Order: sequence, then C-alpha cells, then structure tokens
Amino acid sequence: MNRTRNENMLLQIRGLRASIAGKQVLKGLDLHVGPGEVHAIMGPNGTGKSTLAAVLAGKAGYEVEADVAQLAGVDLLGLEPEARAHLGLFLGFQYPVELPGVNNTYLLRAAVNARHRALGEPEVDAYDFLQTIKAKARELGFDEALLARNVNEGFSGGERKRNEILQLAVLEPSLAVLDEIDSGLDIDALRQVAAGINRLRSPQRSFVLITHYRRLLDYVAADHVHVMVDGRIAASGDMGLVDQLEERGYEWVGDAQPALVE
Amino acid sequence: MLANEGPVTLRAPPDALDRTLDRPYGAGFVTDIESEVIPPGLDEGVVRLISQRKHEPQFMLDWRLAAYAAWRRMKEPHWGNVRHPPIDYEAISYFSQPKSSGSGPKSLAEVDPKLLETYEKLGIPLHERATLAGVAVDAVFDSVSVATTFRKQLADVGVIFCSMSEALQHHPELVRKYLGTVVPVSDNFFAALNSAVFSDGSFVYVPKGVKCPMELSSYFRINTAKSGQFERTLIIAEEGASVSYLEGCTAPKRDENQLHAAVVELVALDDATIKYSTVQNWYPGDQNGVGGIYNFVTKRGHARGRRSRITWTQVETGAAITWKYPSCWLIGEDSVGEFYSVAVSNHHQQADTGSKMVHIGRNTRSTIISKGISAGHGRSTYRGRVKAVHTAQGARNYTQCDSLLIGSQCEAHTFPSIESANPSAHFEHEASTSRVSDDQMFYCRQRGLTAEDTLNLVVNGFCKNVFKQLPMEFAVEAQNLLNVSLEGAIG
Repeated sequence: MNRTRNENMLLQIRGLRASIAGKQVLKGLDLHVGPGEVHAIMGPNGTGKSTLAAVLAGKAGYEVEADVAQLAGVDLLGLEPEARAHLGLFLGFQYPVELPGVNNTYLLRAAVNARHRALGEPEVDAYDFLQTIKAKARELGFDEALLARNVNEGFSGGERKRNEILQLAVLEPSLAVLDEIDSGLDIDALRQVAAGINRLRSPQRSFVLITHYRRLLDYVAADHVHVMVDGRIAASGDMGLVDQLEERGYEWVGDAQPALVE
Repeated sequence: MLANEGPVTLRAPPDALDRTLDRPYGAGFVTDIESEVIPPGLDEGVVRLISQRKHEPQFMLDWRLAAYAAWRRMKEPHWGNVRHPPIDYEAISYFSQPKSSGSGPKSLAEVDPKLLETYEKLGIPLHERATLAGVAVDAVFDSVSVATTFRKQLADVGVIFCSMSEALQHHPELVRKYLGTVVPVSDNFFAALNSAVFSDGSFVYVPKGVKCPMELSSYFRINTAKSGQFERTLIIAEEGASVSYLEGCTAPKRDENQLHAAVVELVALDDATIKYSTVQNWYPGDQNGVGGIYNFVTKRGHARGRRSRITWTQVETGAAITWKYPSCWLIGEDSVGEFYSVAVSNHHQQADTGSKMVHIGRNTRSTIISKGISAGHGRSTYRGRVKAVHTAQGARNYTQCDSLLIGSQCEAHTFPSIESANPSAHFEHEASTSRVSDDQMFYCRQRGLTAEDTLNLVVNGFCKNVFKQLPMEFAVEAQNLLNVSLEGAIG
C-alpha cells in the first residue's frame, strides 16, 4: 500500500522541515496516520521527536515548511495553535506547565467552551459539565480531587501526566500526540496512563505516541512503529520493529535502508 | 470574547488581539445635566461657601477652616514612585452639584431621571426593585449624594446609612465624636485638603450587637469637567456589630487629569467587624497616558476594641495614578487587620499602593496580600509598612507581595518596611515576581483558548486569593473589569 497517496488519512505530513534559531531539526519528515490508528515514534535523544510534536501543535519560535501538512484535509501550518486544537488536535505535554490559582475544572470548561464557540455550538452547562468530567475521572480511575486542584500546581510527575490524560478524555480530539507521556512515571502510574490511552482508543481517535523507551508499548500496542533519526523517519514497521530495536539499538536504524518500510 | 462574534470558520481564526488594541472604557460617557459649579480656586471663602451650601453646624465649619489653615502650611508630597506634572490647585473647582439635586438626596421618585439613567448605564440601578438583592446603594454624583436606597429597611434594625451631608444634619453628635479621630486633619497634604473641602461621601453607623442585614455600597461618579471630587466616608461599628461595605468609582473620558482626594475612616469597637471593599475603575487615561484621574486617597481603620477586625479589599484597575495605603491601627487586644489588593497598571498607568499595619495591642494579627499586575508601560509599586510598638506583645504579621509582568516595557517595584519595638513580634514577608510565560500561553492555546483568554485565565488565577475576599455580588464584576482593563496588553 502506498500510504502517501491515501486521501482518507487523518494526518498527512510530507516533507516537513523545521528549524529553530537557524538550526534545522526536522529535515523532510513524512508521516501518515489513518483514523483510529496508533502510531509510536521512537528514536534517540535530540533527533527531533519533541520538535515534531511542537510544530504540529503550532508552537511559536520555529520556522516550518512542508510539502503537505494536513489534519482532516485542512492545512495546519497557517493556523493558530487554538485553531489546530479546535480542529481536533491534542498535544499531551512532556512537561505540563503550572497555572497557579487556575482551577483544573475551570480550564477544562474554558477549553471545551472555546472549541464550542469556534464551531458555533452553544456553551456547556456548568453543572452538567462537572458531572461529565467527574464521570470521566472515575472511568479513568483517577481521583476526583484532581478536578478541584489548580492546574498542575504542586502536582507530582505522575499527577501531571494523569491530568494530561484527563484533559484528553474531556476534549475528545481526533488526533492525540503524546510527547513522552511515559517519562517520569513509576510503574503504577505508567499502567494507569496506558490503561487510559487504551480506553480512549477508538475508530474516531488516532494517537501518535512519542517515546524514548519501549515500556509504554508493552502496555499500549501500536499499529505502526516509526524510528526517527536526524529529523526524518528512518524506519517504519509493526511492533516487531520494537523488538529489533531492543536487540540492536538505534544505531542500527541509522545505517538501515528505507527498505524497512512495510 | 468570541461569544458575540457568531460562528467562526476554522480556516480563518479571528485575530482577537488585533481587535482589542483599542481599550474600551465602558464608563467614559458624560451625563448632560445642568450643574452648579463654583469657580475654580481655593481660599477661605470657598471653604465657607461649601459649608454654607451644606447648612453645616458651626463645629464643622471651624473644623474645615482649621484643616484649610493646616493645608496652607503643608507641601505636596513627592515620595511616591509616581510621576506627574505639577497640580494646579487654583484650576480646580471644589464644588459641583446637579442643579436638580437641590438641597440634598430625596426619595427616588424625586431624583432627576437623567441621574437615574446615568447609574443605570453604569450597571447600578437605583430602583430598589431592580437592585442587586441585598445591596443598599448610596450614589454620589460629583460633590453630592443623589440617592440612598433601602434606608427604611436599614433603619428598622438601627443601622444608619446616609450621605455625610445628611449625617451632619441628623446625627451631628456622632459625626463630631468620630470624624478626624482616625485620620486627623493634618495627617497628610491630601487628607488636609479633603478635610477643608470635602463635599459628600457615606456615613455608616451600626449600633451595638447589630449585624448589618445587607451589603452597603457607595457609587462615586465624577461628571463635571475641571472639578475635583473630595469625598469623606466614616464607618462606625459598635461593640459586636458587623458590616460589609463596597465602593465603586467611575468617571468620563477627558483629556485633562482630574483630582480625586478621598478620606475614609473606620472605627471598630470590641468584637466588631468591618469589611471594606473597593472596586476602583476611575478613567485611567488613554493608551498614550493622556487624561485620567489622580486617585490620591487616605484610608485608615482603627481596630479599637478587643477582637475587633478590619478587612480592606481593593481591586484597583482604573485611575491614571493611584496613591493609597489602606491601613489598620490594631489597638485592641487580639484585634485583626487584613489587606487584600489587586492593582493593575496598563498602558501608562501608575499605581503606588500598599498598606500599613500598626500593631499596638497585645496579640494583634495582620495579613497583607498584594497582587500587582503591570502591562504596557504601566508602573506598579507596592509600598508597605508593618510596625509593632513596644506594647504589641505577640504581634504577628504575614505579608505576601506578588508582581506579575506582562510585556517588556512595564515595571514592578516593592518598598516593604518592617519595624518592631517588641521582641516577641513575629513578622513574615514573602515576595515573588513572575510573568505570563510563553509555556503557559502555548499550553492554554493548545487546549483551544485564545491568547487573550489565556491572559485573563492566568491573571485571574494570580488574583484568586484577593477576589475570594470580595462580596460575591462583586467578585464577578471585579473579574470582568480586570479582563477589560488588560485588553490590548498582548499582541
């Protein structure tokens, strides 16, 4: 199958180039994610994985070009970050920032209402919304007390990541890019976060999991695994690729040929 | 907000920032009403004229004349961290009243409809049926009080809530007993000026054991050009009494600077509680710093009784220059003083504000929470003094002083001072300076908020501990006001 020509792709990225402060980080990256698919992007440090997440979400400070960069058929690169979010893109942050004094529930409602306004839909009822997010927190096995706290203020690493998953559950994006959602988690937190991801998988929701280690993939089975090296996807395959990486390390991919692509 | 803009297509998101570069000041209109304005300038004759117009008792005239004599000997203070051209005190008119207001407040049915309409437009309907439930309002227009609502209901429980002019007519003994006992006539230059020429303001008296059944509020409006407003407010809570009072202020947009020099005195006796809240939205001047109100105010409370408590809460979003330090003298044993403040300086606004806590009685406690927000070319200064005299055994103070910077041209300054003459006093001071970070901005926008909504969210979070001190009816208003006053602060 020649995935690059598939018009039904949710996310289509071809020839994505990005530089920051004059240094090119992404050097012509291709990525195609179909509806409901889970893709894992692995790779050594400093290879551009987090840059990929940042430029997809529209973070300022990068110079970005692409032959194609579309989400659901809409060109992403000209859009403000909030417009990309309204389009259905969610970024789970590696280091979620603190918002002192800002209530978690309040942020969630503001985010949902912002999207509703952008789509011309009515705002949510505050009481109903609270019931909805309490139910979501329970389904994910998270403590409801998380909702009453200020966004990430005084949160442990695990709590921050759980909070990202909760936001994901509430915002219901069509594409969730999770940047090292597994970093800084102990085994229990990792299991809980992974269970959350599995629960939120659906034919209407795709995931791009950016991770450094295979341990997340022991709990979340990816449909496609990519290895990123030096600003490009150097190899793609199925979960078998993870085992090969485990055995031979990332350096092996650097020498590998595109023939590895399925 | 986007809510009023209708559906928005995803491909062309609205650029909210471009649309908000013009700062809207909703209260900037002028009421076209015939006013009696005395000619500019200040001498003994003007002081006598004001007193005469208000049919004041002789003691009041004598008091004013003494204040005027004191003021003549004083010099305008320049220790504040604010800059302004010299104020020409001879160019100000010291008394202005709507002609229709006659000799003082009347029943609502008799108030000039134009005045009622003015307050309606400001969101302060004076018809009792339309008012916020449980809030009594005293409306002061230029130099005079034009209406006070819910008087009857308050009188039934013994609470006096009226204009200062009326208090001088009907309760001169109470005024005489307390006026100037907290802020003496010669306390400072602006207090002396106020004492000489003050025109109106609110008078509140809550007798022993009475919990005031509703929020009291005064709404100050400057309308006439080239006039000053010098209001004087006095609140007395007797033993075991409690009262919550809120003031709001607005003025038309004008290119000239106008002076507002108020004095507020609070007296709390044993076990009494006074909660005094301010939502100050004087015209701040335009984006280039032209026009706006000079808000030079002296506010002080005496916690005279045992276990008495005074709480100042202020949200200062308006005025070209703010110079005020609501203070507490903690005289009674176990008395408590609190100060919660949000002060915004956007564009070319300057705010030099803070508090003074003077611990005199044993085991007195005080708290200062100050949140300064600077944006544009704004300059925010926190100035505070915490003092324990030798009698203040076991005094305690906690001060938290935070500054939030938005943009790269604004300034935040702090001048805290701590002075203790009692070794058992325990004072803590914490301070922080932060900005709205790019990471916070990106995080919230990734969740779908606009840059402007994000700024409001972060700023409101920063101010949360102060807003929650406001009476509920006003907390939302304060939050909205803050959002409006920061429009155009980014982009």
